[in-house]
Amino acid sequence: MNAWIEKQKYLIDFTLSSLARRKAKNLGLLLVYTLIVFLLASVMLFTHALRQAAAEVLVGAPEVILQRMVAGRHDLIPPGYLERIGRIRGVQHKEGRLWGYYYDPVVKANYTFMVPGNQDIAAGTLLVGAGMARARGLAVGNLISFRSYSGKLFSFTIARILPHDSELVSADLVLISEADFRSFFAIAPGYFTDIALSVANPLEVRNVAAKLSQQFPDSRPILREEILRTYESIFNWREGIVLALASLAILAFAIFAWEKASGLSADEKREIGILKAIGWETGDVLKMKFWEGALVSLAAFLIGYLAAYLHVFRFSSSLFAPVLKGWAVLYPRFELSPVIDGFQVATLFFFTVFPYAAATLVPIWRAAIADPDAVMRG
Amino acid sequence: MIELKGIHKAFNTGRENEFHALNGIDLHLPTQRVTAFRGPSGSGKTTLLSIIGCLSRPTSGRVRLGERDISGLPERFLTHIRRQTFGFIFQQFNLIKGLSALENVMLPAYPLGGNWRALHERAESLLGDLRLAHRRAAAIEHLSGGEQQRVAIARALINDPQIIIADEPTANLDTGLAMEFMAILENLHAVGKTVILTSHDPLVVDATIVHQVIDMRDGRIVTPVPIAEGCA
Repeated sequence: MNAWIEKQKYLIDFTLSSLARRKAKNLGLLLVYTLIVFLLASVMLFTHALRQAAAEVLVGAPEVILQRMVAGRHDLIPPGYLERIGRIRGVQHKEGRLWGYYYDPVVKANYTFMVPGNQDIAAGTLLVGAGMARARGLAVGNLISFRSYSGKLFSFTIARILPHDSELVSADLVLISEADFRSFFAIAPGYFTDIALSVANPLEVRNVAAKLSQQFPDSRPILREEILRTYESIFNWREGIVLALASLAILAFAIFAWEKASGLSADEKREIGILKAIGWETGDVLKMKFWEGALVSLAAFLIGYLAAYLHVFRFSSSLFAPVLKGWAVLYPRFELSPVIDGFQVATLFFFTVFPYAAATLVPIWRAAIADPDAVMRG
Repeated sequence: MIELKGIHKAFNTGRENEFHALNGIDLHLPTQRVTAFRGPSGSGKTTLLSIIGCLSRPTSGRVRLGERDISGLPERFLTHIRRQTFGFIFQQFNLIKGLSALENVMLPAYPLGGNWRALHERAESLLGDLRLAHRRAAAIEHLSGGEQQRVAIARALINDPQIIIADEPTANLDTGLAMEFMAILENLHAVGKTVILTSHDPLVVDATIVHQVIDMRDGRIVTPVPIAEGCA
């Protein structure tokens, strides 16, 4: 046992010295491999954290939203719908919502105007998202004017800027009182943009949606889980686009790394021949070279993953954010909560460390099983 | 005792450039003797040495080491025999660049996993015996040809093998260093080692410490020379 431990120590010692002897090659490989891991891990971490953030936001969203459709387009809910919905069994709570979009030609951005259901906003005041505040240079107490679709000019005072924490969903948000909203968008009393419902029994959500479809054939119920799925597919699509764009670069780096790792120089072959000639077993040579490859790829994996973690969670993914998180003109600025998915880490590890180890081991194995004399002669 | 029977070695078998390096070698090498193979380049000396030292396998024929037929042994056992029985001094020394003289000497003992301090002391002592103690920490590429050869000798001796195999040991040395090498060889013989070498250097093959010179040409032994009187 003691001899075995000593032998492993000798092998590790020789591995380290071997790495140091080929500094340029190994540092080059480390750099390229770190870059590959960094790129892949950044995209993975970012989209995963974004999905997580979206899912957390949706936890507080209504279970069902009912929208009225006219000629295949979203239209206002007329009076009377709310009362009829209240009579459907299983509906626990119902609320008519008022929201709409406004294009601001000053900054060429779309805002989302909304009447909050859970807080009162004084007439003539607005609560605005941090993205909008940045775009228009607004501070609390400032006045802002908008020309409505009817051509009339409306002026509001900024009462509050929404907290930075909620920027993922509130960057372009404008909260407004019901009276101001109705007069600004010219919506008559009793009309709503859509209706939000909550259902007492979560298992009954689909049944309630079916009843809604039956009783209101001109409307469509949208379930929270459907929104979540849409978010998922959007992020999957965005992740795919980024990976597709980056794939050429990743492929080029991967080919370079593979070639460097799998090609044995004449010196390396000769060294394997010498080791075999002086009494090293094939297994010893393979073990030593395996440790060499494993150290490079593990170091690259750890450094690349750590750099990606810092990039995503400390530096707000400055490299990919415009592609991955922007779906409006006002890009939200927000810090994602650090989330690490074990499965993703394992997948990344499997697709980076293992191919490298295999790439290094195969040519070494070929050299190591040949007669030492033949290997030394080249 | 090493015995070779009907040894053939062919390279690139079945191809246009097939080449027969050894063509039926029958040989008996006694222990504790210094044997030299002499012959022109391409006569098969180095190939024969590599087969004797288990560095390569014959295409056909049998090799016996002591009472044991080692011709058909798997690589793992051959490695074991190579490590325990043979010490090699190659023509180009085959030392590993970037490692120090001391590390190069210790290298053959790594797979045995012995105590580091003991191994270190033995390697230092061997370098000391070969007057290289002061150069033990120097990287191998910073040593002169003669110093490199002495490191190669120390490396060959680290596992205390019974048989020393040296391929053209004086080919890269000047006369003074070649004489020095022969003196080392004499010491090795004095402590009971069997030495098998190849050379066409008269300084080696005509030396009195060489008991047997075997001439080779075209992969065959042409003039086996009997063991010199009084050299045993």
